Amino acid sequence: MEILLSLLVGVLMSVSVWMMLSRNLVKFLFGLVLISNVANLIIFKVGGLTVGAPPLIVDGDSLQYANSLPQALVLTAIVIGFGLVSFTLVLALKAYQAIGTVDVDEMTLAEQRHDDPEDQEKSS
Amino acid sequence: MNGLLIACILVPMVTAALSFVSTSNIKARGAISVAGSIVLLALAIILLYQVVYSGPLSNQMGGWQAPMGITLIADTLSAMLIVVTAIVALSVNIYAMGDVSDARISGGFFTFMNMLIAGVVGAFLTGDLFNLYVWFEVMLISSFALLVLGGNKVQLDGAVKYVAINLISTVLLLTAIGLLYGLTGTLNMADLSLRVPQVENQALVAVVAVLFLVAFGIKAAVFPLYFWLPASYHTLPISVTAVFAALMTKVGIYALMRTFTLIFPGEHSVIDMTLLCLGLVTMVLGVFGAMTHNDVRRILAFHVIGSIGFMLLGLGLGSALAMGAAIFYMVHGILIKALLFMIAGIIGKLGGSFELARLGGLYQERPKFAMLFLLAALSLIGIPPLSGFWAKLLIIEAGLHHDATVVIIFVILVSLLTFIPLIRIWSEAFWKPKPFGTRTSTDPSNSKAIGPSVSPPDGYAWTPVLGLSLIMLLIGFLPGKIIELSDTAAQDLMNPTVYLDTVLPNRSSAQINPNEAQE
Repeated sequence: MEILLSLLVGVLMSVSVWMMLSRNLVKFLFGLVLISNVANLIIFKVGGLTVGAPPLIVDGDSLQYANSLPQALVLTAIVIGFGLVSFTLVLALKAYQAIGTVDVDEMTLAEQRHDDPEDQEKSS
Repeated sequence: MNGLLIACILVPMVTAALSFVSTSNIKARGAISVAGSIVLLALAIILLYQVVYSGPLSNQMGGWQAPMGITLIADTLSAMLIVVTAIVALSVNIYAMGDVSDARISGGFFTFMNMLIAGVVGAFLTGDLFNLYVWFEVMLISSFALLVLGGNKVQLDGAVKYVAINLISTVLLLTAIGLLYGLTGTLNMADLSLRVPQVENQALVAVVAVLFLVAFGIKAAVFPLYFWLPASYHTLPISVTAVFAALMTKVGIYALMRTFTLIFPGEHSVIDMTLLCLGLVTMVLGVFGAMTHNDVRRILAFHVIGSIGFMLLGLGLGSALAMGAAIFYMVHGILIKALLFMIAGIIGKLGGSFELARLGGLYQERPKFAMLFLLAALSLIGIPPLSGFWAKLLIIEAGLHHDATVVIIFVILVSLLTFIPLIRIWSEAFWKPKPFGTRTSTDPSNSKAIGPSVSPPDGYAWTPVLGLSLIMLLIGFLPGKIIELSDTAAQDLMNPTVYLDTVLPNRSSAQINPNEAQE
């Protein structure tokens, strides 16, 4: 089981890195969603997998118990990751609507070198 | 006095909530926010006072003892940085009242600003690695909100890059934390400091250390991971840029300092060497980048990167002396960056543009303001007796101590080069006569922008700028106390016994040995 999970982490990680190398912002975002889940899997895996044992012991004398801390960490990370990803998706949508492209090579508004009226926009 | 630590985090959080919920009046929101940062400043000063006179304070959340629960701890470094953070928060909040458009304020500008401050303070205070990640997220999500608030096209474009790279850094940080937990079975930083040397597979520890280096390096805008910074900072309102430039990157440096002294201390000399080289390259590229740009804000953004290089040097040299220099530089850097960006904001208001070509004649118009800029610029360059001089002197002194000739040469060279972009701002914006027909025709936003952005700077803009200048002058003329504090903070960092005793008062003597063997 642990080996399987490790392999899964490896495969997903390479897939997500490949996707994030893309110029297409949407593809990049999918890569980001994947890689944040890979990070969660890593935490889950390195915490040690205990099959069929409860994380919370009631009577105190059961010897088999699962480490609940990685699960708590993963839960926190999932919640945070979900928030960030949904924010990023909306940001990408807004950026697409405003700039009109999802190709990051063409998203150069913020870094134009020459006197372009867009670049001069005042701060507030 | 355990409540103090929590109060330092809660005050900006409560301020954030109050400024959004309690009123919809624009001015009232600003006033609440300013009041909140005054309270934070007072608390921070009390905290610093207590830490200096009675040692680090710690607090175990929920009553769970140290390795189990989440620890909050304030040592000298944390307390100093929180005071500086509170000063920046106060000045930026005042500045923002006169600078940020009404639409942005009703969109929750002050809420996000205060949450950002809460995240920064939390990151400085936490003694738990996963908790550090959470505070980074608090900081990050507030900074995202500030980035896109009231966004135009340019702002959105900058935001996409900022968000993308920061999310990657977040994932790396989370992975590194997960792996370290797998290796040691603990997340408490003090406990990690004891357990990491006991890990058998030290090669894996080095890998994890590099993951932390990359993750925090992105946050701190270290070469070669700094490209997001100049791509996004200049698209923002000045109040946001000031707080980003002053605080966000420095939190990354703080995290680097903390992890590489406490969890992965000196023995990884390869990493120290890497930090040193990265520091050198970062500061050279920062200053070169500053030379190539014509927008005041972009020039300053590259100076932010340059100063990150100086702090890395201190960390890379790895002695208490060098660390003290880096800490002093950090205090100086945070304040001077906030000040310079606010001055840039005033330049923009007076001249109607941030492009050097369109500015001019400000010296004739406002000689006193010109002197103020000159003072801040000279302080950044490091002309005695201003604060930047002491910061650079301390680094050179540490370099001499290590016989690191290269470091000394680079520090002096880069300081000289820093002169060029700043003097360009001086000669273009202040010295040369005003270009014909500016102010009205060439600035396209004059017709579009609403409210305070086109009006001449008012009291809200002048108060924080004058206040910060005064603080910079004070640091310049009376650097003794702060150098002393920085040195204490550095000693505590390099020799974490006090830190460990505070967090883990009951650690067994068997656990102490491997740690001391390593020092």
